[in-house]
Amino acid sequence: MKQRLDEDTMAMRAAKELKDGDCANLGFGLPTLCALYVPEGIRFEAEAGILGYGHLVQGNEVDKADWHYIDASGRFVTPAPGMACFDVVDSFIMIRSGRLTSIMGGFQVSEKGDLANWNTGSGMFGGTIGGAMDLAVGAKRVIIMMQHNTKDGKPKIVKKCTYPLTAKEAVDLIVTDLAVIEVTKKGLVLKEVAPGWTAKEIQALTEAKLIVAKDLKEIEL
Amino acid sequence: MINKVFSSFDEAVADIPNGASIAIECWGYPATPENLIAAIKRKGTKDLTVITHTFIPMVWPEEDAVLPALLLPQMKKLITSIAGIMSLGAGAFLKEYIEKGLEVEIVGHGTLAMRLHAGAAGLGGIYDPIGIGTLLEEGKEKRVIKGKEYLFQEPIKPDYAFVTAYRADKLGNLVFKGGWRGDQPMMAMAAKTTIVEADKIVEVGEIDPEHVVTPGVFVDRIVEIPPDGYGTPEKGAKLIALLTQIGSVRDQLFGKIK
Repeated sequence: MKQRLDEDTMAMRAAKELKDGDCANLGFGLPTLCALYVPEGIRFEAEAGILGYGHLVQGNEVDKADWHYIDASGRFVTPAPGMACFDVVDSFIMIRSGRLTSIMGGFQVSEKGDLANWNTGSGMFGGTIGGAMDLAVGAKRVIIMMQHNTKDGKPKIVKKCTYPLTAKEAVDLIVTDLAVIEVTKKGLVLKEVAPGWTAKEIQALTEAKLIVAKDLKEIEL
Repeated sequence: MINKVFSSFDEAVADIPNGASIAIECWGYPATPENLIAAIKRKGTKDLTVITHTFIPMVWPEEDAVLPALLLPQMKKLITSIAGIMSLGAGAFLKEYIEKGLEVEIVGHGTLAMRLHAGAAGLGGIYDPIGIGTLLEEGKEKRVIKGKEYLFQEPIKPDYAFVTAYRADKLGNLVFKGGWRGDQPMMAMAAKTTIVEADKIVEVGEIDPEHVVTPGVFVDRIVEIPPDGYGTPEKGAKLIALLTQIGSVRDQLFGKIK
């Protein structure tokens, strides 16, 4: 069987979207890993009200864990020079005014860029919203980092989301363990594929129709 | 000078009546006014409305740390943006209480903070772009302003706010630390009565006026966290040690060990 990208490689590819001077919010789960792979000059924001935190506390330095400094996933982070603390209204004004790039996880993305990433049930109690809706609607750019398929092989990039929506027409770019896909007005454009995979093979694992980019290439880090 | 300093948490919550609404800061475990939560549990106040950003079940013994979920049997209504933990079945833990009549209102975190801010400022509500095209639309007035859709959201004006601060002076001026400021300035401003538990209470003049985050006019009662109280550095360190013994939680807090 062909190899898919591992989580760290996906994080490296998603992190590559961030440029010097960008401020970004990393969502719950997988996107947190991006903090390990960004170049200098990127600042991260956590909804609780910190911008510009330092590195993630690793398992071999538990003594550095301080409950005052945690990211959106509840992972311990470290204070860093230039860090700013503020309240949640300021935090969500940052998010809603398009000053941040959002890298979030996803359950489903539709061909129009609709996002479902808070709820795997059908009612209000099948998931948790937190700041996801604010980020999806308000961020400068919404990058979804997720597995291409569910654990039982079903497509997550679909014609129409079946899970409750986080926001409509919100997603700009999808980074999966198989591909990098851009959401455009014309539809989903397959821009990059994992090494060894063809556009045809990826389309077969995707419910939504993919437009293959003229300059389709292997994922570069 | 009016004395805002109370000697015990029980005394600070003594007048809270059945049916009161309380805004309580919580970010999972961190930034939770645990001692005040424990005091209202001891008091047994009923029919509470709890407004909090994160409402999740406690996965540790009550003597180590408490969360707003400790109050579930005393609640009639919950307003929150995080009801449960996805890996533990999200809102499933609320089911038995909902069957017994608990009302739950789910709202995005930014919207929750801005509704508190609106309540504090005396606004009649906000028109909010968040939630358009989602389950949150249900039962909400929708309005188009300059070509864009918005949902009407009512202000929140709690009877009480429970706040945890890093430093409080005797006038109630507050300083927070790290990411613990959270929703607390809005909660303190929106509530009729704000009760603070502080790591330390200092004399008037000891806090640099340029560093005050919440001015004392928004604060009514202050209690210093005693060495054997909840939320001390020792209790925090013990909780980390406890949580790192649970494999899945350890991975969550520190990443998978490779």
